Amino acid sequence: MKYDMQPNLKSTPLLNEHIKSSAKMVPFAGWNMPIQYEGIIAEHSHTRTQASLFDICHMGEFYIKGDAADTGLENIFSFSIGNISVGKCRYGPMLNKEGGIKDDLIVYRLSRDEWMVVVNSATIDKDAEHIKANLKKGAIFENRSEKLAKLDLQGPLSREIVTGLISPDIGRLKYYTFEYFDVLGEKSIVSRTGYTGELGYEFYISSGKAAELWNHLLKDKRLKPAGLGARDTLRLEMGFSLYGRDVTEETTPLEANLERFVNFDRDFIGKDALVRQKKEGVQKILIAFKTDSRRAPRHDYSILKDGKEIGKVTSGSFSPSLSCGIGLGYVDVKFSKAGEAIVIKHGPAEIKAAVVEKPFYKKSSIQGSNVV
Amino acid sequence: MNIPDDLLYTKEHEWVLIEGNKGKVGISDFAQSQLGDVTYVEVPEVGREVKQSEGLATIDSVKAASDIYAPMSGKVTEVNGSLESAPEAVNKSPYAEGWIAVIEIKDESEKNNLMDSKKYAEYVKTLGDHE
Repeated sequence: MKYDMQPNLKSTPLLNEHIKSSAKMVPFAGWNMPIQYEGIIAEHSHTRTQASLFDICHMGEFYIKGDAADTGLENIFSFSIGNISVGKCRYGPMLNKEGGIKDDLIVYRLSRDEWMVVVNSATIDKDAEHIKANLKKGAIFENRSEKLAKLDLQGPLSREIVTGLISPDIGRLKYYTFEYFDVLGEKSIVSRTGYTGELGYEFYISSGKAAELWNHLLKDKRLKPAGLGARDTLRLEMGFSLYGRDVTEETTPLEANLERFVNFDRDFIGKDALVRQKKEGVQKILIAFKTDSRRAPRHDYSILKDGKEIGKVTSGSFSPSLSCGIGLGYVDVKFSKAGEAIVIKHGPAEIKAAVVEKPFYKKSSIQGSNVV
Repeated sequence: MNIPDDLLYTKEHEWVLIEGNKGKVGISDFAQSQLGDVTYVEVPEVGREVKQSEGLATIDSVKAASDIYAPMSGKVTEVNGSLESAPEAVNKSPYAEGWIAVIEIKDESEKNNLMDSKKYAEYVKTLGDHE
């Protein structure tokens, strides 16, 4: 059970800081990651009311240089990137030929012909292969995942904390924009993005500086470290999908309710399959549901309607903000309307639930959740 | 790690406090620390007959749902109803307010399958505590 002794797990540059803070370390997507420090519910509530710092160094960053159209980069994503302004970022899926989601990611436009693509940790290698295979000659592709550390600062107090400790200029960043700032003497990208639903910032800094930045930010005593456990309950309360669970190569953006991140007015990998599916209509669709008790639904539990299985839970947890069970799952489209009564079943246990609109948690400090 | 002397323990980290023919059951401090924040406890029905090592209750934490096994065979005579609204008692007070059920013990010799506090402490040590 000494997870930190497992030799084949990768460690982030912050491992020693986690050990010093007595974090509970668990294996996650091949990485030795902190799941909690003080406790998931305490860290969750602290993020909702104050601010928390997350080690997200396991995620991947690619640098690409080349014109969006000329290099074929534009065709790799289901959303357009050619019209992203320099200094802005955009979320969306990258599809396989069948329209299945290879990954969901964020594209940063660094200059007219330079891009940073931030991808999920478990998909770094597969994504790099896919992008390289579809880029034309002349494009430069560099996987900077090992070199770059990513620290997420999230919570309503995060603006006060970064303007106090890093630079007052960071306060001017608008949602889904970024700039280069001097962070501990290094020119680094800071974006106003996140996965919690709260006001927050993501820092991209060289791995060698990660521990220094971690400790520097934690000098503000209102800020506390939070682990992947709280990150998961925070994102789920917003109804944000988790790659590998709620969205996979077997689900399309139409099924995953991500159609607003698909631009059909241009060519992209997977378009033909999506156009066909749009015409024929989807069979299953991702729903959000709430249980009528503290009982939590879990990944892979069955979703029933009138005793018959209509789908499976993909993500489920107890919601610390709502004090009830919440979850996401795919069901037959017939049963996907808000208000539909369903039952979540696991072994002999049956939990009553109802389909609801996202987000589950409506009081978060980012306004409007049209950006996932 | 708190391991009271007057209790007997299972390998699955339940404890039982034997008083006469009654056994009060809960989970150990080690178990609650491994589970993390407890959010829901499904207690058994009063009157249910359980066998030693059979599923007695389910505990949901933020991380996972875990089965709690009966440390001894017998009939459930009492359950801790306050856990319905305050399941966090299992974390805060695993040996007192966080008790789960009381069983009317059928066969006291089943005690021999359980560990005393000293043996349990050694057992927990072998599992390694990565806190």
